[in-house]
Amino acid sequence: MSADELLEPKAGVPSTDVSDPQYFHKVVDCQYACPTHTPVPEYIRLIAQRRYTEAFLLNWESNVFPGILGRTCDRPCEPACRRGRIDEKPVAICRLKRVAADYKGEVERYIPGAPAEKNGKRVALVGGGPASLTVARDLVPLGYTCVLFDKDPCGGGLMRTNIPSFRLPEDVLDEEVDRIVGMGVETRFGETVESLKALLDEDYDAVFIGTGAPRGKDLQVPGREEAAEHIHIGIDWLTSVAFAHVGEIGKNVIVIGGGNTAMDCCRSALRLGGQDVRVTVRSPRADMKASDWEIEEAELEGVPIFDNHNPKRFVVEDGVLCAVVFEKMRAEYSDTGRRTLTPTGEEVTFPCDDVLMAIGQDNAFPWIERDIGLEFDEWGMPVVDKTTFQSTLPNVFFGGDAAWGPENIITAVAHGHQAAISIDLMCRRLSLTERPQPGTNLMSQKMGIHEWSYDNNWSDHRRVPVPHQDLKLALTDLSVEVELGYDDKLAVQEAERCLNCDIQTVFIGNKCIECDACMDICPVDCINFIPNDAEDALRQSLRVPAVNVEQDLYVSDPLRTGRVMVKDEDVCLHCGLCAERCPTSAWDMAKYTYVEAQASPVCTLHNRAEFL
Amino acid sequence: MTYMTKPSVRHPALRQNDLGLTRRDYEGVISTLCAGCGHDSVTAAIIEACFELSLPAHRLAKLSGIGCSSKTTNYFLNRSHGFNSVHGRMAAIATGANLANRDLVYLGVSGDGDTASIGLGQFCHAVRRQVNMVYIVENNGTYGLTKGQFSATNDRESRSKKGKDNLFEAIDLCAMAIQLGAGFVARGFSGDREQLVPLIKAAINYDGFALLDIISPCVTFNNHVASTKSYDYIRDHSEAVGGLDFVPPEAEIEVDYEEGASTSITLHDGSKLELSKLSDGYDPRDGHGAIDVIRRQYEQGNVVTGLLYVREDVDDLHARLNTPSQALNALPESDLCPGQVALEAINETMR
Ligand SMILES: Cc1cc2nc3c(=O)[nH]c(=O)nc-3n(C[C@H](O)[C@H](O)[C@H](O)COP(=O)(O)OP(=O)(O)OC[C@H]3O[C@@H](n4cnc5c(N)ncnc54)[C@H](O)[C@@H]3O)c2cc1C
Ligand SMILES: Cc1ncc(C[n+]2csc(CCOP(=O)(O)OP(=O)(O)O)c2C)c(N)n1
Ligand code: SF4
Ligand code: SF4
Ligand code: SF4
Ligand SMILES: [Mg+2]
Repeated sequence: MSADELLEPKAGVPSTDVSDPQYFHKVVDCQYACPTHTPVPEYIRLIAQRRYTEAFLLNWESNVFPGILGRTCDRPCEPACRRGRIDEKPVAICRLKRVAADYKGEVERYIPGAPAEKNGKRVALVGGGPASLTVARDLVPLGYTCVLFDKDPCGGGLMRTNIPSFRLPEDVLDEEVDRIVGMGVETRFGETVESLKALLDEDYDAVFIGTGAPRGKDLQVPGREEAAEHIHIGIDWLTSVAFAHVGEIGKNVIVIGGGNTAMDCCRSALRLGGQDVRVTVRSPRADMKASDWEIEEAELEGVPIFDNHNPKRFVVEDGVLCAVVFEKMRAEYSDTGRRTLTPTGEEVTFPCDDVLMAIGQDNAFPWIERDIGLEFDEWGMPVVDKTTFQSTLPNVFFGGDAAWGPENIITAVAHGHQAAISIDLMCRRLSLTERPQPGTNLMSQKMGIHEWSYDNNWSDHRRVPVPHQDLKLALTDLSVEVELGYDDKLAVQEAERCLNCDIQTVFIGNKCIECDACMDICPVDCINFIPNDAEDALRQSLRVPAVNVEQDLYVSDPLRTGRVMVKDEDVCLHCGLCAERCPTSAWDMAKYTYVEAQASPVCTLHNRAEFL
Repeated sequence: MTYMTKPSVRHPALRQNDLGLTRRDYEGVISTLCAGCGHDSVTAAIIEACFELSLPAHRLAKLSGIGCSSKTTNYFLNRSHGFNSVHGRMAAIATGANLANRDLVYLGVSGDGDTASIGLGQFCHAVRRQVNMVYIVENNGTYGLTKGQFSATNDRESRSKKGKDNLFEAIDLCAMAIQLGAGFVARGFSGDREQLVPLIKAAINYDGFALLDIISPCVTFNNHVASTKSYDYIRDHSEAVGGLDFVPPEAEIEVDYEEGASTSITLHDGSKLELSKLSDGYDPRDGHGAIDVIRRQYEQGNVVTGLLYVREDVDDLHARLNTPSQALNALPESDLCPGQVALEAINETMR
């Protein structure tokens, strides 16, 4: 390279603005993917330090139900986890959350309550599921009077009525529901809201509708009417089981459907006397809606899954259901990947005593009058704003499964937080579209020459399996929890697999002397010093081409030689070797804290440096 | 230096060479040199070159003397043979090893102290004997390991970090090697990987003595403003004599060079050195010209880099001594130790 070649920077990708709150947030894959943006790596580090109480509170602040979610969350964070792009499996983020809840100490003193002086505003919450409970938790500390209605005798929604206790013990559920109710929520359990109009006529400043998607889908095939006594709608049957209205089932049980409800149905049936319990699905197994781990658990308990089986008719003898006839299907995929299922012509008959129908849920709002100004769309769903959760009646808000159909608990919680923000803004007569911004902080973790305030060692460990209860014992009773959870040693082992994705690599270009040391030491070849170029070309010209376009490139301003530093964020281990190797400290490892905005900063943790 | 071990995990899409190995498979233990040391960059360039050549690690021997530079043989190819000799004696060890087993690739790594001071005599004789090896000098103008004394390659007009003048003339190892009959002489810069890797590849494939004098800044003792071996100084004052592409025997030449714009040199194994963008009238086959350019540029404060000199027709040490064509360890016992009668016959010729 001669002197004149030095100073001609090439045009290309503009340099990265790391002050944009979303830039580093996106690098924390798990937190970014979590609907409530739980600070995952921070709580995992706390667990590794056996600081369970802090880990719990950090979770509680974001996701409100750490004990429940640590057992049941749909875990959108795990497929996003960086470890999964490097290693075979992601970090067991969800089950580590359970560890925090299981081993925490006294937390009640950190839980905020209603202020002595109320603000005079009243909010009605219809439905006692996670969405409504979250709204209450966020608004009570601000002085709102929250009145929570549920037709059931206690709160929790589907978490209580549908998630079986072998997955979610009742005491865990009670503890976390009661914690919110105990903050000062007025409950009207056992009260069905029959008319929104009537409710609006009462003295409420806002109404939040979190009534879920309460109607299980049915299947009209020949024999349905005659066999009605032994054909049960899955979610209704699970509710009856939860409230002990149903205590047994026939020996031969067929579950129709391939989602998580089907998995809970078949496993519950096994515990209520079912001996030959089968799951049947119309589609190929690979297309089943249930989470992989739910399918795995069902199979582990001995439930076979018959895919490509489409129910054709129910066979009734002497007025009693005795079998189901299925036609076998074949899936064909068009060039565009569209699937069509066609019958192969082959039929099979499975004898049975009972059928559990788990083929989906619908929303139903029979109690909402259509002439009060609340608009519904052509599919009978309320028109709800995606950001504000406001309906076309300005003081009525929706969230959870009631808003856009069945999702999961963590989504319901995220909706609850946003709806609470909206309700608060509305009551303060502020614009609902000017949302509060997240709080962020970037702090160097350097402690000394080779000392960082986080453990940057790479652990080779495979994902640690969660210990299970003895299968025989587990099947004896609905209330025996199947998963035992990690003990503290296993938890630390699993926690060490986390890559600390919130500890950011921060590049200070004007310090760089372009010695290449960081580029050479990087175990995963993230760092490059090259001429800038258009993004596609730049991605191709890296040491390892950056093909994962979901992940950003970190591009510096031009350096002394005219080149730029380009870091592919995709598989960075956050090991800090680049920063250790840099002679001029042009790299720093800095912790990025991202606190999602909420109606009230319920948890004061982030304001208390000594706590974290 | 770093205390942490480098994670064993690698990028899942890391490229593999013809042996199915990745660049990571050519690494050694983690370096204990100062962060930012040029020597670590040379290590990375060696790794890259060996990876790209698909060299099987067990066919290579690493040799070194004493110094930070000489420590680096531990940081690459940790499945190769190696000998870390006493100060300045690498050339002798390489000569002996090469005579015993001519089938290995010999890669020597030395420093400017190890070579131009204590080892200067050793170096000169390895050159004139045409030992078939790559001799890399990681040249930082200082004794890094012993904390920054001037070395014999340090330029007259440079000053130490503490402001002391250098009182003596610098030895230019490239000019010296050309004079002593080396067949392949090149100069590189640790901070210019693009130029360096093809030079190393060409040197490995060259049959005969190949010198690579690599300016490799010492961040701790010789990277200050008054230094002429700092990153900044070299970036501002290096003058490449031309570009070099190394083309292995079986590969197609990918770049289309303009007629007359490139010089092609074929090595004994059929691989090619494609020299392009040669500066005005520069001919790397002309030794006098090369020495002249090195001198003139030096007088202007510049450092010439690139393939400075190459001869296509050298006989290496084995050819000159007419040694057997196999490594000693491959000779049958009867040839290796022909017995008393043969010994007496030899003795007879000497009486
Ligand atoms: C079998 C099954 C298993 C599931 N497992 C999981 C899991 O493991 N993990 C996960 O994340 N999600 C799971 N889900 C989904 C999850 O339970 C729901 O997405 C979540 O509970 C939705 O919360 P919500 O607050 O919107 O309403 P819901 O939890 O549905 O609560 C709505 C409440 O409103 C009440 N209500 C309805 N109408 C009225 C009215 N007119 N008056 C008074 N009260 C009324 C209902 O009684 C109910 O209690 C599962 C769902 C099912 C069916
Ligand atoms: C026989 C002998 N004399 C002196 C020394 C002390 N010594 C160790 S390294 C060194 C100089 C090394 O300089 P160089 O080869 O340039 O290596 P660098 O550390 O600069 O890479 C000296 C003089 C020694 N180890 N052995
Ligand atoms: S490795 Fe840790 S911080 Fe990174 S995505 Fe996975 S859980 Fe989150
Ligand atoms: S922290 Fe630095 S050295 Fe470690 S993987 Fe990321 S970029 Fe590479
Ligand atoms: S180690 Fe530091 S100075 Fe060297 S290239 Fe990397 S950032 Fe620049
Ligand atoms: Mg030296």
